[in-house]
Amino acid sequence: MTGRFPRGFWRTATALPWLLVGWLLPAGLALALAIGEPGDFDSEAEREQYQRVIRELRCTVCQGETIHESNATLAGDMRRRVYEMTRDGQSAEAIVDFMVARYGDYVRYRPPLQANTALLWASPILLLLVGGVVWWQVVRGRRGTAARPTFTAEERAVLERLRRGD
Amino acid sequence: MKWRILVPLVAVLALLGVLLVGLGLDSRELPSPLVGQPAPAFSLTALEDPETRLTEADFTGEVALVNVWATWCSTCRAEKPLLMELAEKGIPIHGINYRDERAAALRYLEISDDPYRTIAYDPDGDAGMEWGVYATPETYLLDADGVIRYKRTGPLSRELIREDVLPLIDELRAEQREATS
Repeated sequence: MTGRFPRGFWRTATALPWLLVGWLLPAGLALALAIGEPGDFDSEAEREQYQRVIRELRCTVCQGETIHESNATLAGDMRRRVYEMTRDGQSAEAIVDFMVARYGDYVRYRPPLQANTALLWASPILLLLVGGVVWWQVVRGRRGTAARPTFTAEERAVLERLRRGD
Repeated sequence: MKWRILVPLVAVLALLGVLLVGLGLDSRELPSPLVGQPAPAFSLTALEDPETRLTEADFTGEVALVNVWATWCSTCRAEKPLLMELAEKGIPIHGINYRDERAAALRYLEISDDPYRTIAYDPDGDAGMEWGVYATPETYLLDADGVIRYKRTGPLSRELIREDVLPLIDELRAEQREATS
């Protein structure tokens, strides 16, 4: 039994859970704290606005994430700015406009409906339409083939013979 | 029957075309809304001297480049020889030292070349946010009135300098001469 694993295997194996608890867990906690929200708020409305705005802004370096999810330094800076502006009594719109003025429309996690995003918004509907047309064509084509076969007298005679088993 | 082959063929080719164009796009490069806007305001200390305050006014007054850099940014190091060439051509380059440590930045400039005329020290990224910085190095071209006329996110290249930056600098300097004469 001892020969099957390299020396020290079981010691490492039993140490793994401890590694998990002792190292990964605190690391994860530290990470969670690092991402966590800064400071206190004067009112529930401010907290709610902060939480809402950080979910509406995109992290420009880590493009698939909001600044709420992202662990990037820039996302941290942006959260801090959202926090400060919220504490300053600025509205959610003012904060989003502030970011858009610096980073462009891209910073909105949900793109606004405007001339240059019209295609983006319309594309699901367009795709659905194209799919619908293709589906309709295919179904119509099949109905055609299903209606077509009528056997000739000769074919019917052959079938009849087959059925009788001659 | 001809359509049954032609239509999917055209559709697939169109899709491939879109994907090919997509391959060539750099998704990190976003159009900056700051082009056409005045240089954003900031108030920072000078890198060389914590007692000296610098504002956007120190960057403006003539056609100049503003380069955002840091010692931890390896692309910035790779870009610096190009900045040196521009500086030797007599183009003023101002720097924003972004999220860096003063001692490290000073030491880095001491042991290598320094293309910068003035350097603002931005350890917390405050000016960086005003200037819409998200991927160092970033370079802005200001006209004599301090309006941003061009922005490059990421490193400059010889090609970009030849095709875009230098012609625009000539144009802006001509504009400036016209305005003053």
